[in-house]
Amino acid sequence: MGDERDRYAQEDVISQFSEVFANRELLGNLVLRELRGKYKGTALGWFWSLLNPLAATLIFTVVFGAILRVTPSVGAGGVQNYTLFLLCALLPWNYFSGVVNAGMAAMLDNANLIKKTAFARHLIVFSATVSLFVTFGIEMLVLAVALLVFGVNPLLWIVPTVLLMLLLAVFATGLALMLSVANVYFRDSAHFVAIALQVLFYATPVIYPISLVSHVHPDSLVARLHIDTLYFWNPLVHFVEAFRALLYQHQLPSLTTCLVVVLSSAASLWLGWVVFNRYSGRLAEEL
Amino acid sequence: MGDIAVEATGVSKRFRLYHERNQSLKAAFMRGGRAKFDEFWALQDVDLQIPTGKTFGLIGHNGSGKSTLLKCLAGILVPDRGSIGVHGRVSALLELGAGFHPELSGRDNVYLNGSILGMSRKQIDRSFDEIVDFAGLETFIDTPVKNYSSGMYVRLGFSVAINVDPEILMVDEVLAVGDEAFQRKCMEKFADFREQGRTVVVVSHALSTMRTMCDEVAWLDHGKLLEVGHPRDLVDAYVGRSHEDRVETEPPEGGEQAGHGARWGSGEVTIRSVELLDGDQPVSQVATGQRMTFRMHWKAKKPVEEPVFGIAVHTLDGVHVTGPNTRDVELSTGTLDGEGWLDLHVPRLMLTSGTYELTAAVFDRSVAHAFDHREKLLRFDVTPGTPRDQNGVISLGGSWEIQAQVDSSA
Ligand SMILES: Nc1ncnc2c1ncn2[C@@H]1O[C@H](COP(=O)(O)OP(=O)(O)O)[C@@H](O)[C@H]1O
Ligand SMILES: [Mg+2]
Repeated sequence: MGDERDRYAQEDVISQFSEVFANRELLGNLVLRELRGKYKGTALGWFWSLLNPLAATLIFTVVFGAILRVTPSVGAGGVQNYTLFLLCALLPWNYFSGVVNAGMAAMLDNANLIKKTAFARHLIVFSATVSLFVTFGIEMLVLAVALLVFGVNPLLWIVPTVLLMLLLAVFATGLALMLSVANVYFRDSAHFVAIALQVLFYATPVIYPISLVSHVHPDSLVARLHIDTLYFWNPLVHFVEAFRALLYQHQLPSLTTCLVVVLSSAASLWLGWVVFNRYSGRLAEEL
Repeated sequence: MGDIAVEATGVSKRFRLYHERNQSLKAAFMRGGRAKFDEFWALQDVDLQIPTGKTFGLIGHNGSGKSTLLKCLAGILVPDRGSIGVHGRVSALLELGAGFHPELSGRDNVYLNGSILGMSRKQIDRSFDEIVDFAGLETFIDTPVKNYSSGMYVRLGFSVAINVDPEILMVDEVLAVGDEAFQRKCMEKFADFREQGRTVVVVSHALSTMRTMCDEVAWLDHGKLLEVGHPRDLVDAYVGRSHEDRVETEPPEGGEQAGHGARWGSGEVTIRSVELLDGDQPVSQVATGQRMTFRMHWKAKKPVEEPVFGIAVHTLDGVHVTGPNTRDVELSTGTLDGEGWLDLHVPRLMLTSGTYELTAAVFDRSVAHAFDHREKLLRFDVTPGTPRDQNGVISLGGSWEIQAQVDSSA
């Protein structure tokens, strides 16, 4: 029977991807709804969406660039600018945490829709991925302009950067898929994720150069507990390093970094997909 | 398309009843395991075949699993056992809601809901005016739906659901909401659907409607399918059964009377109970022709201006006999606060002997929004009296006079 309703149990990835494609119009509407909802009512909507990263940039630049004097790595053409160095990592990080947080809230925010209508539920998570990607894209464009102004012409590196952005989207979406159902079954998941994100932020070289971790003293506590080795197990370290290599240093990322980025994205999406399909069947009754 | 539109084979659905209201990770960690819950089978081994082009009804007492079955058929719930086959595009409208997003305007919700139901943007553009027109919401279409009354909500939901050109339409208890005119429009739409050979699956408390509207009816009882058959036979059997099950429910002193029908409304004013009085004496039955009073006990949580009260009397097979309300007689109810009662004095009760259902409701002054609507709150018996008419539902209270024509020319 072609339209047997056991699609939630189905593990057939190809048919599900084709379902996403068939539902692209619905996905489009969900994305539009999200974008409209976010910027509704504020004439300067888009401006506000940029204000938040701007404020963060200012704070980090003052605290870490000017007061603590973190030395940024040397970029392409000898540029050594903490703000540019920071933004190349901060914008991807913001997107990542944005997708994770939105994914977390996605099912609860749309409880009414899920309880009353039948549609492919993962589209709700994907709509967060896509709508935040729009903002992410705009921010990255602004960054590209800033880089140009400072004489680091990023034009040649746009294609690999966009590829990397897409991979980050995939990586974040996998996690968001998992967390979106976890949050329905355990309503306090959000607290744990908030803590985890905070730890992860400092465990990723966003506000400091990775060289600080690579060069810890072998007798230090960090080295003895092997935290510096553990550090590199975090895929976000490699994502951030890849962004920085492309945009700030105009280099191709190392082979290890490329491999980690690709494999962790694939693993995250696969795991997210499996977990989501396993637990999403009972969403309508658990909400 | 084949002969069968929707098919359920051995469908069982289990719900979990959690001991704690909010399952939390913290609690799960501390217990060292999964959340504790009891299991409850809301549907057991249901086999059902709904023929293409037929109007199919589901009946059964409250909690018998009608809504659960409908949600399984619509793909919103996933059965734990068994399988469901659906042949055709489904559009479902469930209990007072269409999955609207409260913050979005009616317009945005129409587009969103339409695309969830599988319509393209162009298709929605084309039928948008019709949708809004059918719902009668031209002036409110750009208002967020959170500001809609329940009637408006249902009207828009129904309008979207039927205008997406579904092959199979599923509706749950929506016909009870909305005014008479809207209900009539819905019934016409159902009739159109039937003529066009589309399939309709419907759940309703209005048994008379089910009787006339459906081609076939399935009777659910405690999650099991009792019988599938001709609506007339099954509805009568069902009414007979629920009659036997009836326990006399005297209103507890000062408390809330338990009805056996659906109840909805926003609750600013509630109807606590309805009594039948003979003079000042509560009675459980009245004779035809007797003088009596219906007393509605109300309670207002906060001051409410000019609410409209009404009752409706139905026969057991659902014929609407009468529906007096305070608006038709232009009675000002003033501003209500606290508690009190409202009497409807009947000089001569013109119902013929039999059993009747009484529905009581209180609305806002525009009668668009229900504060409390209590369907079948009270069942009462009318015993034979004078007038002694027995047939039909009412007595005209007339007197006969016979005269023979006398040929005066003789
Ligand atoms: N999400 C849920 N979680 C737990 N129990 C539920 C849930 N939904 C319905 N039930 C229970 O399942 C039974 C059947 O409900 P329902 O299908 O709504 O009955 P009906 O529509 O015939 O009145 C009821 O006992 C109800 O309490
Ligand atoms: Mg129900």
